[in-house]
Amino acid sequence: MTVAPAPATTPDALPAIKHDYLPILLPVALSALALPFVGNPTTWVTLTVAALAMGMMIFVIASGLTLVFGLMDVLNFGHGAFIAVGAYLALSVLGLLSGWVQVDALGWNLMALGLAVSVAMIGTGLLGWAFERVIVKPVYGQHLKQILITMGGLIVAEQLIHVIWGGDQKAMALPTALRGAVLIGDVAIEKFRILAVAVGVVVFVAMLVVLNRTRIGLLIRAGVENAEMVEALGYRIRRLFVGVFAVGSALAGLGGVMWALYRETLTAAIGGDVMVLVFIVIIIGGLGSVGGCFIGAILVAMMANYTAFLLPKVALASNILLMVAILMWRPQGLYPVAKR
Amino acid sequence: MADPLLTLAGVHTHIGQYHILQGVDLVLPRGGMTVLLGRNGAGKTTTLRTVMGLWKPSRGTVTFDGRPIGGWPTPDIAQAGIAYVPETMAVFADLTVAENMILAARSGPIDTARLDWIFSLFPALKKFWQFPAGVLSGGQKQMLAIARAIAEPRTLLLIDEPTKGIAPAIIEAMIMAFAELKRETTILLVEQNFRFAASLGDHVAVMDDGRIVHRGAMADLARNEALQQRLLGLSLDTHQ
Ligand SMILES: Nc1ncnc2c1ncn2[C@@H]1O[C@H](COP(=O)(O)OP(=O)(O)O)[C@@H](O)[C@H]1O
Ligand SMILES: [Mg+2]
Repeated sequence: MTVAPAPATTPDALPAIKHDYLPILLPVALSALALPFVGNPTTWVTLTVAALAMGMMIFVIASGLTLVFGLMDVLNFGHGAFIAVGAYLALSVLGLLSGWVQVDALGWNLMALGLAVSVAMIGTGLLGWAFERVIVKPVYGQHLKQILITMGGLIVAEQLIHVIWGGDQKAMALPTALRGAVLIGDVAIEKFRILAVAVGVVVFVAMLVVLNRTRIGLLIRAGVENAEMVEALGYRIRRLFVGVFAVGSALAGLGGVMWALYRETLTAAIGGDVMVLVFIVIIIGGLGSVGGCFIGAILVAMMANYTAFLLPKVALASNILLMVAILMWRPQGLYPVAKR
Repeated sequence: MADPLLTLAGVHTHIGQYHILQGVDLVLPRGGMTVLLGRNGAGKTTTLRTVMGLWKPSRGTVTFDGRPIGGWPTPDIAQAGIAYVPETMAVFADLTVAENMILAARSGPIDTARLDWIFSLFPALKKFWQFPAGVLSGGQKQMLAIARAIAEPRTLLLIDEPTKGIAPAIIEAMIMAFAELKRETTILLVEQNFRFAASLGDHVAVMDDGRIVHRGAMADLARNEALQQRLLGLSLDTHQ
């Protein structure tokens, strides 16, 4: 991988730090470009908010996976399992708390949702930890085996869901107070979408704080750049990796709960369709880059929502085109991570 | 050489199917600097990486401070007291100079007196403290890589070709720094620049084809041009 050549400086000259804001402008440009095609501003706002909500869900799911790849070059095709397990765990909790879910009171609804999310995240976090120890650990450094065995793990997880929760499609009802929309001017914005955006932003900010302000975060960033050097400084990168894997799995569980509530239905294969977008997002963002992942997720979700409205038949193809275009501009993704 | 700090005895290292180190015998006394010389591809880097546990020896023993570290995981070897400055420098480009140093000081905040001492050796680091390491020049990156290795006292420093591609002015600063460093710790330095090596080294080992072919005092080799010619041959002419 390439590192930008150091500028020629005299010993006394302070180097100029280049802040790379260009990728941040892409979602702005894309939404502006979509406006004349969509025509109706109200529709455009609705589509854009839908895209932001969907983008945040994709980001929550993808953020851990990009670090997992960045840290140890591990290709995990089983990530979708945590989406499904998280959603089913939440389904069960919400079922038990149906009184809190059905009452038209935001406080009770959020409490039920909070409990469901906690159980989902703890469950998928533990499952992720076990998944790493049992399935991923034996195949460090072997990409083909990683792909095969993690896909195998995904299939096993789906079958276990069939056994535990049954193979039929489940309804995942939104808590009462979160249904419907709020009117802002003459634009109706679904309440759940606002919640999804808020959750995504909180997760993003929390990740930035951890990555930039804590020692563990520094180690993760350093490890994504050069894991070997982190070890040579005396840190056990594998222990760090297991932790990142577990947290990434818990975030996928959180994303799974949100995704199921968004679609209001649920099957064991729920992770499948979103994972295609997640992989596109990780590649667009730059493998191992959380910031790139965030912007990539918004771009992909915008593309999906605008084209679903304008040209429904090419929704997925448009995102593959988007990926190709971005990789032609920046072959390592929006924010390439400096690698050894 | 009673109670050496580091001993490699009959060390073989394979990288994939390639048999790179073919029985390396090396003894490092405590204190001072040992320079490891040898033409490109002789196996110097592989030797350092084997000591550091980045390659596992397939045969032979590596003993550090009385402990058999051959086959230990790299973090354990680092924690035993060995610091490593790789040929590639491996500074974390996305992290600031300060953050690079914070990670290098494993046991907590860097001692301020020590940091002042490091700044006195490498003033550029103070100036660029809050800058991403990626914007530093090659020489400044090398300084950071060395500073990282000495952020806390370590028993042994492994330093791989620190003068490669570095401007002469910075090499002079490095000579002063190493002269001071070798008073507080033991250094194993891989170097192609013989003038640099001879001005600093107390002991010397020469490698060829994955083996040590000469061991002795640096002063003896520096005096004996015929021996230099035989051991180092053309490699001297191609480097300053
Ligand atoms: N990762 C690797 N894979 C295969 N061969 C390698 C690798 N690293 C080094 N070698 C080979 O091992 C030999 C010694 O390399 P090295 O230890 O880097 O030499 P030196 O540092 O003395 O120039 C060379 O022939 C080199 O080609
Ligand atoms: Mg070398």
